Amino acid sequence: MDRIPILKFGDALLVTIQVDMHDRLATALEEDLTSKIVSHNAKGVLIDISALEIVDSFIGRMLDNIAAVSRILDADTVVVGMRPAVAITLVELGLSLSGVKTALNVERGMALIKGRLAASEHADDDVED
Amino acid sequence: MAGNDIGLIADLVGNNEPTILSEWLDLQKQAGILRTDRTTEAELNSQSRNFLHLLREGLAKGGDDVSHAAFGAAREMLADLSRSRALQGFSPRETSTFIFSLKRPLFNALNKASKSGSFSAAQSAELVWSTTLLLDGFGLYTLEVFQKSREEVIVRQQREISELSTPVVKLWDGILALPLIGTLDSQRTQVVMENLLQTIVDVEAEIAIIDITGVPTVDTLTAQHLLKTVAAARLMGADCIISGIRPQIAQTMVHLGVELNVISKASLADAFAVALRQTGRAVTKMKIAPGGSVKKSLGQGE
Repeated sequence: MDRIPILKFGDALLVTIQVDMHDRLATALEEDLTSKIVSHNAKGVLIDISALEIVDSFIGRMLDNIAAVSRILDADTVVVGMRPAVAITLVELGLSLSGVKTALNVERGMALIKGRLAASEHADDDVED
Repeated sequence: MAGNDIGLIADLVGNNEPTILSEWLDLQKQAGILRTDRTTEAELNSQSRNFLHLLREGLAKGGDDVSHAAFGAAREMLADLSRSRALQGFSPRETSTFIFSLKRPLFNALNKASKSGSFSAAQSAELVWSTTLLLDGFGLYTLEVFQKSREEVIVRQQREISELSTPVVKLWDGILALPLIGTLDSQRTQVVMENLLQTIVDVEAEIAIIDITGVPTVDTLTAQHLLKTVAAARLMGADCIISGIRPQIAQTMVHLGVELNVISKASLADAFAVALRQTGRAVTKMKIAPGGSVKKSLGQGE
């Protein structure tokens, strides 16, 4: 597999990482995601890493980069389903992913994105009023 | 040590076994190592008799050193004895005196035999030396096993303490509490972190309250460990609240320049209230009728 599929889900993009990430795959994902956010006009990106067992500093930085890029393009990034061992590894590597939002599972992550979408629509309404 | 010496000692012990045994028991009682609160006289008698018997057998087989194969049974018996004494709370002195008090009776027997002309003066001096060496070896072996047993006890207790002091408690649906007790070092932080993260997954928790009322001191390292735990929990999608920071600790942390960039509350109760609010719940007071029955149950407002 040389590309990770990106699914459109309402206003959000859904990425499930099912294979162990290597660096080229990560870079490809970053590029694909950036162009898809623009082409689909997505407001949220949900990355499910519940199948990911091994992370290194590169993957950690990739997640941070994706979050930073999507923020510029006006989309929220939520990383969901991180395993305990992965969380410990990232913290020990000094990567606390402060720019990324997190949730326990896809359901909660989706709720988080929807909540933010509703809030921003509400804010838009207020402006219009 | 020459082989015939050993044979001589074996004969000596064999011929005088009852005398040696009774003298030995008397000496042990005089030395005050018979702890009637922990062991009985009959038990001591049988232990002494057994050891003397095994010692004689070992000597007869040509054992000239504690590590000799002939003393296998004797070593085993001694190891059992010191292990059980270590667990019963005997002191090292009381445990080793069991062996060292055997010297006097053996030398007495040797002396008597030498006076009756069985050995020459040079030979008996040589025998005294061999016996001393052998018994010292046994004594040291006893102490070694004693020490090892005590260390095992300490290691086990350490493990139990670390297990006891890192429970993760479920306070409500989606709310966990982690009451920390004792000093936080790297090893314990690791255990705490793993426990917490696993429980977050298991109960699908949204909020974890880390209560540090029981942590005696917080230095820069401890603070760093706390922050790591908070960061890891956040990566799993759970928010952390730190509670129970005592006044002195708060002062120390400020003086050290440690900053905890997390929500912190004075008490576990305050933190729990915040957690309930964040998960959209509130605690309300129920109206209780004079009879004591609940008139109107508001309970947990979702």
